[in-house]
Amino acid sequence: MPIEVNGVSHETDEEGYLVNLADWTRELGEALATEDDCELTDAHWEVINFLREYYEEYQIAPAVRVLTKAIGKRLGKDKGNSKYLYELFPYGPAKQACKYAGLPKPTGCV
Amino acid sequence: MADFETPELKDYIEVPLPQIGVMEGSGPFKAKPDHQEALGFPGELIDDWENVAINKLADLTNRYRGLRVFLDACVKCGACTDKCHYYLGTADAKNMPVARQDLLRSVYRYYHTPAGKFLKKFGMEKLIGARKLTEDIINEWYNYFHQCSQCRRCSVFCPYGIDTAEISMAAREVLDSIGVGQKYCNEIIGKVYKIGNNLGLPEPALADTLEGLEEEIEEDIGVAVKMPLDQKGKDILLVTPSADFFAEPHVDGLIGYAKVFHQAGLSWTLSSHASEAGNFGMFIGSYENMQRVSMRVREAAIELGVKRIVFGECGHAWRVAYSFLNTLVGPFDFLDPNYPVPQHILEVTHDLIQRGKLNIDASQNDHMTLTFHDSCNVARATRMGPKPGGQMVIPREVIKAVCNNYYDMPEDTIGEATYCCGGGGGILTDDLIEIRVKGAMPRMQALKTVVEENGVTHMAAICAICKSQFSKVIPYYGFTMDQIISVHQLVGDALVFESEISESSNESEETENEKE
Repeated sequence: MPIEVNGVSHETDEEGYLVNLADWTRELGEALATEDDCELTDAHWEVINFLREYYEEYQIAPAVRVLTKAIGKRLGKDKGNSKYLYELFPYGPAKQACKYAGLPKPTGCV
Repeated sequence: MADFETPELKDYIEVPLPQIGVMEGSGPFKAKPDHQEALGFPGELIDDWENVAINKLADLTNRYRGLRVFLDACVKCGACTDKCHYYLGTADAKNMPVARQDLLRSVYRYYHTPAGKFLKKFGMEKLIGARKLTEDIINEWYNYFHQCSQCRRCSVFCPYGIDTAEISMAAREVLDSIGVGQKYCNEIIGKVYKIGNNLGLPEPALADTLEGLEEEIEEDIGVAVKMPLDQKGKDILLVTPSADFFAEPHVDGLIGYAKVFHQAGLSWTLSSHASEAGNFGMFIGSYENMQRVSMRVREAAIELGVKRIVFGECGHAWRVAYSFLNTLVGPFDFLDPNYPVPQHILEVTHDLIQRGKLNIDASQNDHMTLTFHDSCNVARATRMGPKPGGQMVIPREVIKAVCNNYYDMPEDTIGEATYCCGGGGGILTDDLIEIRVKGAMPRMQALKTVVEENGVTHMAAICAICKSQFSKVIPYYGFTMDQIISVHQLVGDALVFESEISESSNESEETENEKE
């Protein structure tokens, strides 16, 4: 089921993750979130932007402790924990935030 | 969030009346051609699927005598019918173990037994419950053999010991051989070949993650506990599920292993080549893929020149390691013969505790009351230590050594009779969330019992799949995800370090004593 933004159609997989990572734009990220009835705030974007930066460097989403540490450094220690991340992304920070960031879903026993 | 009803937890488990077709469906997402081909399977359903499937089944029943006996021996006594967590949670008749077996057995009878071969000439195969393979049966197999977590609880109660897991593995192997594979398992096995682990975590990301964890531990306890990666000349190679690097509560278990090694003065390393303990080759019943996944462990051990191999907290990995590793990729004659090959991390920790080598303050865990979930593969397919049943005893003795408050769940739900978490055997994927939630019901029921009667606050586990599965499904039953915990988190939190004693990592115990 492709997702359409500004008249351009982008391929997604069975679970709605972008197939071509290069397609991603901020608007597309917002459209992916809207499909899940999730409205992206600045707090969400802080996480999504970090995921994209990390992916760019390492070709994988960050591990949970890498993510919480980075968010803690950027937004304050009270937010550097998975409780805060689950409030933002209730389906799981790795899986849900990756989807809006246009990154593949983490696989394995997670 | 879900379009199904979560089973209600009652005072005890009620055996439901069987219903027809309530869990019918198209099964989990199918593997793409590139996922299939990377594992040596056809990319999509082949034209000659009927012949290839029948021949594959013959090949498997000839290779594995157990499988043939399991297909031949059932007398329909019914002892297994109410033993499967998926049947108890869904009431679907085809989730009764005997019915699940019959999905394959009926086709085996038609093509590969004298009675089937004879009766089908007269169109009377139904007399013996034999069926000609059709595309509908292929779809039925795909759906219902992905509602089996290969946990083997039913086999404990079968008077013949018929092992549904073997049948479900064989069915998946037949399906893969005609180009019908599961995306979750097969994509993951491909990542192990390409990158080294189920997650697809490349070496630089792994190194960065471990470095971050080392900093975290040092901030926390003031001691430089190291997590060495690809260091040659260490004694122990630790092979652990990649979820231990990535997810919670797994990562706290990894921190626990590192603290144990550090305090005991054991020299160890992780390997980026074998950065995964899990072996999904077993879930899909593919000997060749299971062997290829295991080979990385052997290669890493030789490359790094270690003397011992230790496996972290992963249920099915320990089955492959304990039961199959030597025949798959042995002999391991280059390792130190004074230690079992391989060892479980709990055996290492248990031994250290018994010899008084760890400095433990169990009151550190006094804010929790624990219970322990026996992982199916550990409980029913392996052992720990030298005595029968050690795989049940050793984890409990370790937990009790580091926690003052511990209660077991009801006896018929633990040990050899343990209920599966509901996510094992390649079921731990979001597209199977309904069967995962429903299949967790019996374990949740048992947990509820000790929560209400004994004030249990946390359930400890020793398997990456169990930990992820419970964290995900436990909220459906009114618990919270942080109630699931790694056994080695409990150990790590109870260890007392005289901070700043050691400035450098991995100093031997003797050196530390000399310093004092």
